[in-house]
Amino acid sequence: MKRRVPLAWLQVSRERSRLLVAMAGIAFADMLMFMQLGFQTALYDSNTRMHRSLRADLVMVSPLARTMVSMSDFPRRRLYQALGFDGVAAVDPVYMESRPWRNPDTRKEEGILVLGFNPERSIFNLDGVNQNLQQLKLPDAVLFDQGSRGDYATTLAKLVEGQVVQTELNQRRLKLVGLFQVGASFAADGNVITSDQTFLRLFPDRQQSEVSAGLIRLKPGVDPLQVAQAMQTHLPNDVRILTLDQFAELEENYWKNNTPIGFIFSLGTAIGFVVGTVIVYQILSNDVADHLAEYATLKAMGYRDFYLLGIVFQEALILAVLGFIPGYGIAAILYSLTRGATNLPLFMTLGRITLVFMLTLIMCLISGAIATRKLRSADPADIF
Amino acid sequence: MDPTSLTPAIAIQNLNHYYGHGKLRKQILFEINLNIYPGEIVIMTGPSGSGKTTLLTLIGALRSVQEGSLKIFDQELGNTSPMQQVMIRREIGYIFQAHNLLRSLTAKQNVLMSLQLHSGSTAIEQQAEAILQKVGLGERIDYYPDHLSGGQKQRVAIARALASHPRLVLADEPTAALDKQSGRDVVELMQHLAKEQGCTILLVTHDNRILDIADRIIQMEDGCLIRNSNPMSTTLTGDRQTA
Repeated sequence: MKRRVPLAWLQVSRERSRLLVAMAGIAFADMLMFMQLGFQTALYDSNTRMHRSLRADLVMVSPLARTMVSMSDFPRRRLYQALGFDGVAAVDPVYMESRPWRNPDTRKEEGILVLGFNPERSIFNLDGVNQNLQQLKLPDAVLFDQGSRGDYATTLAKLVEGQVVQTELNQRRLKLVGLFQVGASFAADGNVITSDQTFLRLFPDRQQSEVSAGLIRLKPGVDPLQVAQAMQTHLPNDVRILTLDQFAELEENYWKNNTPIGFIFSLGTAIGFVVGTVIVYQILSNDVADHLAEYATLKAMGYRDFYLLGIVFQEALILAVLGFIPGYGIAAILYSLTRGATNLPLFMTLGRITLVFMLTLIMCLISGAIATRKLRSADPADIF
Repeated sequence: MDPTSLTPAIAIQNLNHYYGHGKLRKQILFEINLNIYPGEIVIMTGPSGSGKTTLLTLIGALRSVQEGSLKIFDQELGNTSPMQQVMIRREIGYIFQAHNLLRSLTAKQNVLMSLQLHSGSTAIEQQAEAILQKVGLGERIDYYPDHLSGGQKQRVAIARALASHPRLVLADEPTAALDKQSGRDVVELMQHLAKEQGCTILLVTHDNRILDIADRIIQMEDGCLIRNSNPMSTTLTGDRQTA
């Protein structure tokens, strides 16, 4: 194998300041894409963490249900009707309501999502809830989400020490007796879990016979989709039967479609992509213009157009890789800063790293393809 | 040896060339007839605009032949595909008025750019170093063009053109940007290397100081070859050997 002069690398690395500008531009574009895509995923993840902590194979909801903070009620007897279907092991009603409560630390009103269930048996895969079922049977006792967003430092410290913290919701007193971990979402800054009895006392406008969601557990080996279909066919259409995944998707789709949030993040990603493309194009086309006489000389020496196209594309790829590395680094730091500041589940995933790297490659290849148009004006007959 | 018995390195018959289209079409070259034989050093002179460079670019396969016959090493350039043109260019060494070195590459890498086009030998690094030694730049093989003088750059360009032992070297005003002494050194170097490798040189110049290196001087004016000053064309080879 004959060693070839690595012309693309030499051209790129010889012009230090141009290389640094290109790297900064690509790093900025990559960072923008990482942040936007990260926020987008965090948005969806943070809104379905509560869903995914539920112990259920199927979930019964109102046809009007859109998100956990606007579920709409449906008659509880539908849930008991579901119990009559083959394969159903157990059903549990859940009550949900999103209201402001008084932050025990700051005494200010802040939004909170309250979930009520019968503490005779847990419906959550949450250690904090399952260890405190007895406590929840006491009147006005609630468990607090330690991932809640806001100034809860003192409250959390007291609860960790085992103290009881008092606060108010709907002008009723309630006692924080324990902690669990789910985390804030875009919809709710925090979560509180309590018994169905306490829930109904807190919200006198809610009735025990009108529930927000029904959790259906199936016997082992039963196909959830089949049961869901049977229930949907036989039950009145004032309820919808979803698998747990579909229930999470309902929430995700709400944020994807009915709010501009998903659109904004996609747009942000696209802007990052376009900015990167423009920057790389500027750099590459300047580079081609500066070396036009040299490229024409290479053509005169007997280099094919294909070789010169290859040089421009190699330069594009080198820039893509060199720009991606700092872009990734900055984004990783910003992820951890954002995680600390907001409790959002913002993590660098392999999938996203691959996606942004691919986008960077495409970005640089598009720029390279546009920049090669200038190569055609490198006419070897003109250099004599 | 009678040179006319050899196949000419360059054989041109009734070559016409035009620029532009329609009413703006302007004839640049008129009925050019010229034979240049292997090993000859030919200087082409003439006022600017006389068509010298056009003829040179046609011979160098950098431009397509329109009318007439132009053969390089017995290969007709009239009907060549772009790929064939590229292959012919690889047989030719070019030396330009501006050195046209690649600024991002060292002297040695510039020479390697030419050598790596011609596969075969694997020791191209040594070849590049050897030819740079020959042009007197053995100490500067790893210098970038920006750190070389005009004469040194032109010598790198000569090394690049001759490194792959081309059978034909085309040079356009190689001394124009150089002072008298560097210019002289550069053409003598070209002459020396060309004799050593036995290649043909066609050199376009206005520089009267270097005319003496030529075996033959041809003159262009208004697109015509007006003088093919070779009084002893039949004894050309012998003449050159005694020179």
